[in-house]
Amino acid sequence: MSFLLYKLLLVVVMFTITLVVAMYATYGERKIAAFLQDRLGPNRAGIFGVLQPLADGMKFFMKEEIIPNTANKFLFILGPGVAMITALMAGVLIPWGGTLEIGGEVYSLQIADLNIGILYVFAVVSIGVYGIMIGGWASNNKFSLLGAIRASAQMISYELAMGIAIISLIIMTGTLSLGDITRLQAGGVGSDWNFWNVVYQPVGFLLFITCAFAECNRAPFDLAECETELVGGYHTEYSSMKLGFYMFAEYINMFVSSAVISTLYFGGYNFPFMNDLGLDHNTITILGTVFMFGKVFFFIFFFIWVRWTLPRFRYDQLMNLGWKALLPLSIVNLLVTAVILILTGK
Amino acid sequence: MEALTKRSKVVSDKRMTFAERIYLPAVLSGITITIKHLFKKKATISYPEVKREFSQVYRGQHVLKRDDKGAERCTACGLCAVACPAEAITMNAAERKKGEEGLYREEKYAAIYEINMLRCIFCGLCEEACPKEAIFLTDRMVPTDFGRDGFVYGKDKLVEPVNDRVDVTKRQTKAVIDFKQNKRLSHNK
Repeated sequence: MSFLLYKLLLVVVMFTITLVVAMYATYGERKIAAFLQDRLGPNRAGIFGVLQPLADGMKFFMKEEIIPNTANKFLFILGPGVAMITALMAGVLIPWGGTLEIGGEVYSLQIADLNIGILYVFAVVSIGVYGIMIGGWASNNKFSLLGAIRASAQMISYELAMGIAIISLIIMTGTLSLGDITRLQAGGVGSDWNFWNVVYQPVGFLLFITCAFAECNRAPFDLAECETELVGGYHTEYSSMKLGFYMFAEYINMFVSSAVISTLYFGGYNFPFMNDLGLDHNTITILGTVFMFGKVFFFIFFFIWVRWTLPRFRYDQLMNLGWKALLPLSIVNLLVTAVILILTGK
Repeated sequence: MEALTKRSKVVSDKRMTFAERIYLPAVLSGITITIKHLFKKKATISYPEVKREFSQVYRGQHVLKRDDKGAERCTACGLCAVACPAEAITMNAAERKKGEEGLYREEKYAAIYEINMLRCIFCGLCEEACPKEAIFLTDRMVPTDFGRDGFVYGKDKLVEPVNDRVDVTKRQTKAVIDFKQNKRLSHNK
């Protein structure tokens, strides 16, 4: 019973944090975009505009909801729901911290440490493209359909390279569980030398983060919505909170991707000197969670930063990059990793 | 042909080098450029709180001046309306009655004087044409309105209040005064 309660509490807390972070990622997006362009960004709602996300959310709820009469109504409503649900589901496997010891009981700060870990994340994130596809198809609009087709083609092309980049990481760590992958990176600078995976897998990291941009439909790979060509892409016909759901799902995906990148390549909740400061177990766990969120926020910032730097790829450039550059590179990376592992006899 | 600026570049469609094809060096230089802008001074002026300083001779909303005793200077001669390239000014003249000497400086005055602020291009030719130094452009902005009718300014908005004079000395630069002087002389000739 107490196990169920604590898991339920953890789920509710993580759910809330995910939503709040996604909400404030929209604010961060606008603010950082403005700063990178020598502007001030939203600064009217609340001090420094911190209430802007609330105002935006309120606006989404108040807007008139339009469903085109040629649209497939059921799928039209299902689309944003699928996008949102899958985005939220991917977060359960992220190890947000180590373990807390309270009154002799050990509580893990990871909601579920599945032994197929990263595969589950992949599976769920891949379903996310159904939200976009269903939405684009159900709109009965050529721009939406084009956006949806682009999204699915892009997803397939980049998931391959991403998967193979992950495989080279997995043959190195020997486990699929995100909790174990994090624990293997424990220590770091200090008495027990141990580097984060990014040191052993720099190419893999580059491949992964590039594909993560594509998976999240973020610039420079935001061909699915690309307002200059496709009006709004797959969400052209959407309005009100259904549009809000798509937007929100994008930011949640960004948050989860950042968390996965931090976990796989940047040591998750581990931080340098964690075993040399003489802190007790719970303090280290809490500090680790803070570090984890620091890493996640850095990568969200990086996502936004890149979006406001790079122009969008052309469709053929995107496909060229995916199939002719990233995929072969990931295979070479896999082979090199495998050969090195065999030679060093691990 | 000689180039107009030194910034022109000869473009060619040669194949991209390897460094260009892997995008990463270009991406890195790009993100270093944008991150520098994160810390730069922002160009935005937060308008209602901070106002941009206007030029000394800014040409904004017009004012119809009164003389020292508070009488309107305008005599409805129509020179401003003739000079106006946008045809924004209309007026109706009327004759001053007995007992109105304090209100109007000369025997003829403008009963209706309207400037359509949507037509006005704020060139200042009305001010230049005026022989009585009655109309001036000021450093005030024409505020927004909800309809077109609101932008046709009548005498109620144009004539300065007796006890709240609009300062136009900033526009009276030496060049302006010299010009007006010469204009008067040429007129007298």
